Amino acid sequence: MFEAVLFYLFSLVAIVSGVGVVTMRNPIASALSLVVCFFFLAADYVLLDAHFVAVIQILVYAGAIMVLFVFVIMLLNLRHGDHLSFEDIGRRSVVGMGTAGLLAIGLFTALGQLPEILPAAIPADYGTIAYIGRALFEGPYLLPFEAVSALLTVAVVGAVVLAKKEI
Amino acid sequence: MSELFVASLPYLIALGRCIFAVVFVMQILPMLIWAERKGAAYIQDRPGPNRAHVLGIRAAGLVHTLNDVVKLIMKEDIIPGHVEKRYWAAAPVIAMSVALCTFIVVPFGDNFMGYDLKVSDIDGGLLFVLAATGMGVYGVMLAGWASNNKFSLMGGLRASAQMVSYELSMGLSAVVVFLIAGSVSLSTIAEMQAGVAWNWTVFTPVGFIAFVLFWTAAFAETNRTPFDLPEGEAELVGGYHTEYSSLRFALFFMAEYANMIVASAVTATLFFGGYNTGIVTPAWLREHADWVLVAAAGAVPVLLWFAFEAHKRKQRPFYQALPAGDARLKEPMVFVGIWLGAAVAHLGIGVAGLMGLASKLSLDFATFGMMSGVFESLGMSAETQGTVFGPDLVTAIVGITVLAVKVLFGCWFFIWVRWTVPRFRYDQLMDLGWKRMLPLAIGNVMLAAVWVAVFPTGLLSTFFGSK
Repeated sequence: MFEAVLFYLFSLVAIVSGVGVVTMRNPIASALSLVVCFFFLAADYVLLDAHFVAVIQILVYAGAIMVLFVFVIMLLNLRHGDHLSFEDIGRRSVVGMGTAGLLAIGLFTALGQLPEILPAAIPADYGTIAYIGRALFEGPYLLPFEAVSALLTVAVVGAVVLAKKEI
Repeated sequence: MSELFVASLPYLIALGRCIFAVVFVMQILPMLIWAERKGAAYIQDRPGPNRAHVLGIRAAGLVHTLNDVVKLIMKEDIIPGHVEKRYWAAAPVIAMSVALCTFIVVPFGDNFMGYDLKVSDIDGGLLFVLAATGMGVYGVMLAGWASNNKFSLMGGLRASAQMVSYELSMGLSAVVVFLIAGSVSLSTIAEMQAGVAWNWTVFTPVGFIAFVLFWTAAFAETNRTPFDLPEGEAELVGGYHTEYSSLRFALFFMAEYANMIVASAVTATLFFGGYNTGIVTPAWLREHADWVLVAAAGAVPVLLWFAFEAHKRKQRPFYQALPAGDARLKEPMVFVGIWLGAAVAHLGIGVAGLMGLASKLSLDFATFGMMSGVFESLGMSAETQGTVFGPDLVTAIVGITVLAVKVLFGCWFFIWVRWTVPRFRYDQLMDLGWKRMLPLAIGNVMLAAVWVAVFPTGLLSTFFGSK
């Protein structure tokens, strides 16, 4: 009961701030509402017993990636005069809503095919670092995990190649 | 004991822990401001603050801190017309609240009557500390940006670039401790270092390198000299807090010191055994609680000597030259009173310990008054109350004191470096962070993996035992 109240509260704030990201005109305000959104998503993860994911969410997304975003916005020093423009809003919103609709259909289809998990089937150490570590390095997710890390390496190499004129 | 009280006890304990953690930081904070000034004076060979007084008692300059607080509260809260008000007002609050909430995963002792002596047992442990310090960047960044001023913006940009850069080395050197301890929980890391001092992480080669890297990164994360470029007053006026006055400035000021305390506490826990004495295990302390009390009486001669030295201050030319009736003439006697009072208190503790040794009864604090009801509600019989509560209390107090001493030494080290090492140039700072510390930290992690595989219990413990 208490958890349900917290869940709806956190989710509401996350959704409101998520909407704020696209509707706010000040780029810094947009970025900060994205930080707030990440924060309350992390709170939802805690309610799901995924403490590690919650901490990593704050550490990586709110703490590192968004700091970089805000840093770049501040470096470009966007101010009142040069707010993001909202021209051509009709066509863009149609394309955006179409994409969002496709995503929603995909998500709901996937959710409908989920096997039902009974609470008793969840192990005691579910969500702990040890559990996630075993799932990633010993369990079924080893190959996807290594594939993702290879992808990240490719991204880093690509960034270096793009940024450096002479190697 | 009412039902309601028993039902709300877990929440009361949680609240008590939170209050304790905040009070621990907020108690050390004003002392640090005093220590900073006196330390600067000591290193620069001058007397330091010694003018402000209460009823003629100057308390070695401590009253200056009190004056600071009053001054900062009474000052006009100026909001410059050109700032982005909402973000500008939020920045100091973010800085201070993040600094305070970092402390919640630091353990103060192994346990107290079955309860963990720390605010929260988050599975993330130290990762939470890293995440929270990452959030601390927003306070500084927002302050710089919202001040709408070139110098402040420069300060904010420098702070964020610097904190993001050094966070990497900090995290990687913490990974070494995770490898050695096999856990990210600060409680487990502290437990692993119980007993003799060579169990401490810092006394392994990889641990030592990790400590040096971590400690250097901690200086950068707290924006202390030689990494205080974000507020470099010679170039940036005041950096990110140029536009702040009154209590808003005080919040930034306090956040810096709170960050120092947290960084020292985390370093002490990771590398220097945390609440462990480095001589005996908490279990030994529990068993010999009476002897610990008797040992407290060992401080009595030292305190008496302090009292005697304070008494000799009367002979100084300064006091001799004061006119009769000057309130400052009372000062030496006040100090004598304080030291004598402390000596009597320690003597009392020692006597209690002796009585306990004689009768095995003196530690039975728990049977006093309403406390026994609380323990009965927790399912403890009258017999076990005394044997658990007393030794646990002694162990907890020893643990908190040991941690506080380590934290204070760490803070003194911050002050010491501030008045010894000059500020970096910006390119030097980035060079150190990215080209020197980061490769060293990565290499050290690999070395640590090998080390842990070869000496699972540590080198010295392999040869000398771990107890």
